[in-house]
Amino acid sequence: MSASKTMKKIGSLLCAGLVMLLPATVFADYKLNMTPSVTAVGQDIYNLHMIILWIVTIVGILVFGVIIYSLINHRKSKGVTPATFHESATVEFVWTVIPFIILVIIAVPATKTLLAIEDTSKSDITIKATGWQWKWEYEYLDSGVRFFSNLDKASNEARQVKSGKDPRKVENYLLDVDNPIVVPVNKKVRILTTSNDVIHAWWVPELAVKRDAIPGFINESWFKAEKTGTYRGQCAELCGKDHGFMPIVVNVVSDSEYSDWLAKQKKAAADADAGAGKTWSKADLMARGKEVYEKNCQACHMANGEGGGPFPALKGSKVATTGPVAAHIDLVLKGKGMMPPFGTQLNAVDTAAVVTFERNAFGNNTGDVVQPSQVSK
Amino acid sequence: MSDHKPTGIKRWLFTTNHKDIGTLYLWFAFTMFLVGGAMAMIIRAELMQPGMQVVDPLFFNSMTTMHGLIMVFGAVMPAMVGFANWMVPMMIGAPDMALPRMNNWSFWILPFAGTMLVSTLFMEGGGPAFGWTFYAPLSTTFAPKSTDFFIFAVHMLGFSSIMGAINIIATILNMRAPGMTLMKMPLFVWTWLITAFLLIAVMPVLAGAVTMMLTDRNFGTSFFSAAGGGDPVLFQHVFWFFGHPEVYIMILPAFGIVSQIIPTFARKQLFGYASMVYATAAIAFLSFIVWAHHMFTVGMPVAAELYFTYATVMIAVPTAVKVFNWTATMWKGAMTFETPMLWAVAFVFLFTIGGFTGLMLGVAPADFQYHDTYFVVAHFHYVLVTGAVFAIIAGVYYWLPKWTGNMYDEKLGKLHFWLSTISVNVLFFPQHFLGLAGMPRRIPDYAIQFAEFNFMSSLGGFAFGLSQLLFLFIVIKCIKGGEKATDKVWDNPEGLEWTVPSPAPYHTFETAPQIK
Amino acid sequence: MSTGNNSQLESNQRVTRFLLVVVVVMFCFGFALAPMYEALCKAFGINGRFVEIEQGVYDADKAMQQVKADRDRQVTVQFTASRNQNLQWEFRPMETSVVVYPGEVREVKYYAKNLTGKTVVAQAVPSVSPGQAAKYFNKIECFCFTQQTFKPGEAKEMPLRFVVDGKLPKKISTLTLAYTFFDTDQAGTKSKAQVDTVLRVAHNAK
Ligand SMILES: [Cu+2]
Repeated sequence: MSASKTMKKIGSLLCAGLVMLLPATVFADYKLNMTPSVTAVGQDIYNLHMIILWIVTIVGILVFGVIIYSLINHRKSKGVTPATFHESATVEFVWTVIPFIILVIIAVPATKTLLAIEDTSKSDITIKATGWQWKWEYEYLDSGVRFFSNLDKASNEARQVKSGKDPRKVENYLLDVDNPIVVPVNKKVRILTTSNDVIHAWWVPELAVKRDAIPGFINESWFKAEKTGTYRGQCAELCGKDHGFMPIVVNVVSDSEYSDWLAKQKKAAADADAGAGKTWSKADLMARGKEVYEKNCQACHMANGEGGGPFPALKGSKVATTGPVAAHIDLVLKGKGMMPPFGTQLNAVDTAAVVTFERNAFGNNTGDVVQPSQVSK
Repeated sequence: MSDHKPTGIKRWLFTTNHKDIGTLYLWFAFTMFLVGGAMAMIIRAELMQPGMQVVDPLFFNSMTTMHGLIMVFGAVMPAMVGFANWMVPMMIGAPDMALPRMNNWSFWILPFAGTMLVSTLFMEGGGPAFGWTFYAPLSTTFAPKSTDFFIFAVHMLGFSSIMGAINIIATILNMRAPGMTLMKMPLFVWTWLITAFLLIAVMPVLAGAVTMMLTDRNFGTSFFSAAGGGDPVLFQHVFWFFGHPEVYIMILPAFGIVSQIIPTFARKQLFGYASMVYATAAIAFLSFIVWAHHMFTVGMPVAAELYFTYATVMIAVPTAVKVFNWTATMWKGAMTFETPMLWAVAFVFLFTIGGFTGLMLGVAPADFQYHDTYFVVAHFHYVLVTGAVFAIIAGVYYWLPKWTGNMYDEKLGKLHFWLSTISVNVLFFPQHFLGLAGMPRRIPDYAIQFAEFNFMSSLGGFAFGLSQLLFLFIVIKCIKGGEKATDKVWDNPEGLEWTVPSPAPYHTFETAPQIK
Repeated sequence: MSTGNNSQLESNQRVTRFLLVVVVVMFCFGFALAPMYEALCKAFGINGRFVEIEQGVYDADKAMQQVKADRDRQVTVQFTASRNQNLQWEFRPMETSVVVYPGEVREVKYYAKNLTGKTVVAQAVPSVSPGQAAKYFNKIECFCFTQQTFKPGEAKEMPLRFVVDGKLPKKISTLTLAYTFFDTDQAGTKSKAQVDTVLRVAHNAK
């Protein structure tokens, strides 16, 4: 390859690189650039990002331009004799000072934005987000509403290894949950993060909040969404096997929708308490049990109850057929070996329902009906 | 002494010759580069399309973890030590390293440590799957049994690095030929002197971190567990106190290599030698006081966030000075573009891109959006692949004729360069977009909106991986034969290594040269 | 062997010895980071860690005298509870928030019940948010000072007495106190060297 050809290639490659860099700054909505935010602080972060991006782009064009000019013109094949200069106090001083000045220019908006981000005072509602392997638990401290938020069913099925299901056909693949959190628009929402096990991080790009959830400690951050809508995010700190499968969905709604939602949540909680006292029909228990099973048990024991690998089958197993009901309940509540205890996640109705389901599904057909009253904690 | 050397396996097992040991280091590094690269191929294969097609999520995590550990501790660091072994004595006119027997040990620990590290993959419960940063408590309470072997492997790697560093410092301080003052040393020697001090300072801290992990896991202490009064965040502080200087341990020698190559092919003295030395020292110093920029999201007091932002962006100053100096070295030179120069020029461009994104990541409020996304992945691969690895490859082409006595195949070398440079950008540039659009790192599967760029990135990855097999072929071909290299190899290069015959005899500078 | 003369050997040994000392010092420094970090956390409220030194030496009587001076300022204190590693306990604050005057001594209770079939020794770990409020939140009596032993099915109401210091920065009007209960068996903290420092402080309080 001749030198001039080589040079042309270097030149065109660099141009290609810069052209690739430029759209990032120009076509902001083409998913090349940072996601714009629906909060004021998020917009500040976005603007700060754009300032730095433009600065480095311009510096890059200048420096790369000088190098490219030199690569093209200062070549032996052009018959030049090399210069002999090898230092210049003035030049070296100038190009030490210039970057320093640029840094000061960046530091000013950076400081402002940071102070705004860290001002968590005067919040309207507080939500505690607890990271679990691998789901989020939310607790509204002001109203006592609490629930788990798992990866939605369709995504969860499609994401299994060699599931045979096309993720492209799943709406909001890996970014949808069964129970999203709901917050009012234009209200300052304070998010407390902590963890049940390892470190997770609660991140919703459009709300511009990313904060680690650390076991034993609480961290706080906040957002004030200025537009209603559904905003999606993910756990952002490696937390083990299913780190990629614990999304976050925030529904920002109007004040009235929010109070409706809150009332509904409280009623559901009250219903659950009431349901624990009444006697349920087998059909109702089976229907509810199936739901509970799909959400909590299916990942290991599989949809057909046959288990797999280290996970034992329920189909035809002693525990779920001829064994005593009390032992079955106990196992669900307290766990065993690799199986986590579900006692604090499932209420009495859910527990009774899932035990009923497991004793009658997969051809187990024991006919047992387990009532919530049989589940004592 | 004549040019006598023992033969066969014993030569390599018991060698105390700096050139032999340098060769061993370089081959070990290349082997690990291929192993770590194979893991990268598995990662890119899984990420090529949405959905889980190739591996299960836990194994995927093992792959990202091992890929990082192997590339850092098995490939880049040993390769740099290999260069130091081969070139430092020859550049300062010394007959060998100062502590030749220790030199043998520091190398031979490596294959054992490397094997132990890789063997964890086959243990019950799987290999380490907690990322190369092994944050507690995922790496303590929640980690598989194999983690104890991982800890042992890290200890051994640390011993090896520390011994290597002591040797390099002793060599540079005590073994220079008469007249070779510190400020006359080639820049590669300077960068390694500073790197070796960094190693001495931080490898023991890493050893401390894994020791605390070990006692937390097995002996009931709770350095990193809140239950006993400890704190998982402490682990991150200790780790990054090691980890940030570690980044410069990998890149400073790369600066050194590039600073040797560019003047040779520009036929012009390195611009601003003294400021290069000071800039290197400044970067090394700053590397000790910026570590927490890796962990802005753990919830620090705002004053700490501001401090770490300011201190971090300061690193841009000495780094910019270096880039400007390389530019000024090329300016008004009489350049030719043999393979080593191509890689060095690409290094200047692509490392600078990695530097720019590094500056962006250093600004805390913006980092809240970038942190733990593919933007970070793109950033550090630009620094470490198109930075450190490109410099290593440049160095191999540059000194290979001196090592083997034969010229490498220039046509194939250039082909290797173009294939690598194009594919590496296809591989890593789209990852900037992925990160900005919101794709977290270390996930085995992703939302559909990330599909196109991941596909592109995977294609680039496979092409880049295959291109490196061409490199292996070129090196073997050069060892086997080829056009005989002259003593100087290049057009009037500077440095003592070019005053000895090609290939460099087994013993060089047994009588010290006089430096004017 | 081609290493040089005796003086060179000596200087090589000198450099090696010096560097080995540095290595040892830095290894110890790695461990020293643990107490240094703890001290920094306490000084600056990183992670909402408590300022243990303040406990027990806090003069409640003197604090009560300040009450009047601070009547025109109110602080909301929120309480929340978590369990680590899915510890099968019921654990919740009996009041989710109280409004206090700085300097005023208040008592609240947490409720805990062991739902497992075995005796569990657990340690509650406190954390305050925002972090810089931590050093102004003084506990006079707390169930987190010692490990708590719960028999199977045992339930307890556990008191917490605290004072919010009048020096709490003005812009903080709400602070949150979170407790996480860890099963000491699960957390692997059988030898509780660090818990003991907490205990010692608690002893001083008596
Ligand atoms: Cu997570």
